[in-house]
Amino acid sequence: MAGPDIALPATPWASAPVRARLRRRGRAETRLRLLGLGALGLAFAMLATLVLTLLWSGAGAFRQTRVATEVFYDPAILAPGNLARGDYRAILAVAVGEWFPGLSPAGRRRAGAILSAGAPFVLRDRIVADPALLGRRVTLSLPVSDPYDQLRRGLLGRDTPAAFRRLTDDDIARWDRLVASGLVSAPLNPGLLLDPDSRFPELAGLAGALAGSAWLLLTCFLLSFPVGIGAAIYLEEFAPRRRLADVIEININNLAAVPSVVFGLLGLAVFLGWFGLPRSSPFVGGMVLALMTLPTIIIATRAALKAVPPSIREAALGLGASRQQAVFHHVLPLAMPGILTGTILGLAHALGETAPLLLIGMNAFVTGAPGGPFDAATALPTQIFIWADSPERGFEARTSAAILVLLAFLVVMNGLAIFLRNRFERKW
Amino acid sequence: MTTAAFALLLLATVGACLVNRRAALAIRGRGARLHSLAGFHGAYAGLLVAVPTAVLVLLWLLLEGPVIDRLVLAGLPGAALAGLDAGGRDLVLAEIHQLALGHRFGTPAPHALEAAARLVRLREAAGLLLLLAVLATAATLAFLARARVRADFRARPRAERIIAGLMVFASAVAVLTTLGIVASLVVETGRFFALVPWTDFLFGTRWEPQIAIRADQIAGAGAFGVLPVFLGTLVVTAVALAVAVPVGLFAAIYLAEFASPAGRRRMKPVLEILAGVPTVVYGFFAILTVAPALRDLGALTGLAVAPNTALAAGIVMGVMLVPFISSFADDALAAVPRALRDGALALGATRAEAVTGVLVPAALPGIMGGILLAVSRAVGETMIVVMAAGLIARMTVNPLDSVTTVTVQIVSLLVGDTAFDSPKTLAAFALGMLLFAVTLALNVLALAIVRRYREAYD
Repeated sequence: MAGPDIALPATPWASAPVRARLRRRGRAETRLRLLGLGALGLAFAMLATLVLTLLWSGAGAFRQTRVATEVFYDPAILAPGNLARGDYRAILAVAVGEWFPGLSPAGRRRAGAILSAGAPFVLRDRIVADPALLGRRVTLSLPVSDPYDQLRRGLLGRDTPAAFRRLTDDDIARWDRLVASGLVSAPLNPGLLLDPDSRFPELAGLAGALAGSAWLLLTCFLLSFPVGIGAAIYLEEFAPRRRLADVIEININNLAAVPSVVFGLLGLAVFLGWFGLPRSSPFVGGMVLALMTLPTIIIATRAALKAVPPSIREAALGLGASRQQAVFHHVLPLAMPGILTGTILGLAHALGETAPLLLIGMNAFVTGAPGGPFDAATALPTQIFIWADSPERGFEARTSAAILVLLAFLVVMNGLAIFLRNRFERKW
Repeated sequence: MTTAAFALLLLATVGACLVNRRAALAIRGRGARLHSLAGFHGAYAGLLVAVPTAVLVLLWLLLEGPVIDRLVLAGLPGAALAGLDAGGRDLVLAEIHQLALGHRFGTPAPHALEAAARLVRLREAAGLLLLLAVLATAATLAFLARARVRADFRARPRAERIIAGLMVFASAVAVLTTLGIVASLVVETGRFFALVPWTDFLFGTRWEPQIAIRADQIAGAGAFGVLPVFLGTLVVTAVALAVAVPVGLFAAIYLAEFASPAGRRRMKPVLEILAGVPTVVYGFFAILTVAPALRDLGALTGLAVAPNTALAAGIVMGVMLVPFISSFADDALAAVPRALRDGALALGATRAEAVTGVLVPAALPGIMGGILLAVSRAVGETMIVVMAAGLIARMTVNPLDSVTTVTVQIVSLLVGDTAFDSPKTLAAFALGMLLFAVTLALNVLALAIVRRYREAYD
């Protein structure tokens, strides 16, 4: 530093050069302070932008535009014995014709595109579930197709020239007539959580992904929790300070830093390739995630065990307990809050992990929730990846909504961990 | 059948436990002094039954599928498999499996139908055999345990020895995982280098893995030079660090030296949130917000910005790494002895001068360790680049261009149509090997730096 010239007694403290230097040094201080604030501000701004854009783009998916459609299950079109294979498009064409009387066949086909391409399946599932509907008129609330959903939400600009729009002026006019007739509504969309995946964004939901993630986390927890605690207890309480324990410890630290995609390669080569376990199954995914979570749990458990004062162990041993009795009856219960906190944080991390699941095929297109851990399934993060990759515009809102659901789960899990820590952690 | 086997295992364990506990209690009831508590007699019996039987069930389930498949293939008439390679044999087997499930496509050959029926029979027989095996093993062990119940039987040390064994096994899982990773990578990489010379892989400048999997596909001849892919990884990593290092460092300095304790308490957790956001979310953020913004910016300034520019992935990855760097820098600054800080301030340095002149240089090894770990993170990060970076490998260092990375190539080679003996699939394992080696080296180096520095002040 500028020690020597400050020490010069000849320099008067109030002289101009000293003041200038002090000002300069003060400015440098302010600069660093501002840089720090700016860095924090930038990071916070990025976080805010992330959350706000997701809320903005995902909000639409929590409501689904629907049209109340009166359909006639025409016995002339449907064969009673084979309801699963009926021509439901024809039935819908009739219903659409009733909205817009006097349309040409081509115009009617164009108008039919208002309804989701998945609408015929909704009709089919309804009558297959209740064959008595044959020959009756029913009013169903059918989802509209993606462009019209965007139109209602104002995302499809009416002012853009028709050539750059997916809907013609006629389409929009017809839609406005339909809206004016009061048939269009946008109720809350429980299908987002309750329906399985679909090729049509307006029908796609997260049921399969949620079930898949639940199986994943269950498998991951059942494998990594006992193994992690066992390993941590051994290393912390019983392992003689030998080379072996050191090797294991270094190993665990390195394992914690191995890229997740490498764990995916391990799962692909060993669990799928050598052991022949079923591809795309949450069980295999859970095993891979368990191996990834293991270091986290071991490190958290060791820290929690270390925090229990030795007097507890010594008291138990003094009263005649064996070392295992001292650990399992006294130390472990006292360390449990810390262990659970670490485990929940590890599982929250596992819930958001995507790359290893892609490699073991959990990004397959699966319609229907998995019935067990060995069925093909997707998980929340891989579902997000699939939807983000889909070209249809409607999937953008679904992706954001799915991310919001995932973030909600993460917030709950992290909140639970913080609650456990604050509520049960003891300071000795 | 599997469920039944596990239920039987559970039943036998609980049963053996109860029987032995009861027997021990009865001995005590007759007035004898037990060496171990009755509960330990029960625990010993339960463990003695459960551990070997569980190992048996798991091994059985692991081996059952391949053994049955081999039996089914061996039972096929020779003509059905004549002239088929491994892939063709897998197809025949897959058809038989589908038939066994009741899924028919077209008209299957009679020998396939017969094989499917045999597969079903074999599976049923295997299930029954497993149940019998479990029953026999569990019963034998339970009797063995029951016969040992005596007043002077040392049940507690015995049970504790089994538990200690289980705990050693649990610790060994971490080592086994590492061994599994290394073994799978080495084996598959070895197969890859049998097809493509390793010099071509390490020093080749063209990466065009889109080769034909089947003979009738039209595709390029293929080239597996890793240099452009690695260069792309470096470009993205450099962008990420250019964002993360200054932002993370200045944020850490502010939090450690300037912020009030209350402000620090509030701001630090918010910063940590950035580390908890799943990477797939960052990836979507990159394609939804950052990439379009950069494209607009490029159009405004007349720069040619590729749609999936390395800049978008790099910036978002940098944001992800900010809390990582800042928490390492924070730790390193906090570890500088109080005397150094106080000394600087006592000599008349401003806080900023103390930070830049004394604290940061003293904390530099720790900060460098953190940065190296961040590099390792950035190199291994997958989802952001898979979603926001490109697929085509180019020899370029321009971050406005589209580049590809090692992790992107691993995922794109392994997702979708894969065959286990194609160089395309195996190349992914060679890339994985490279990735593993690089990140491991970075981690070891970083930890060594951090540890060395800690020793200097303790």
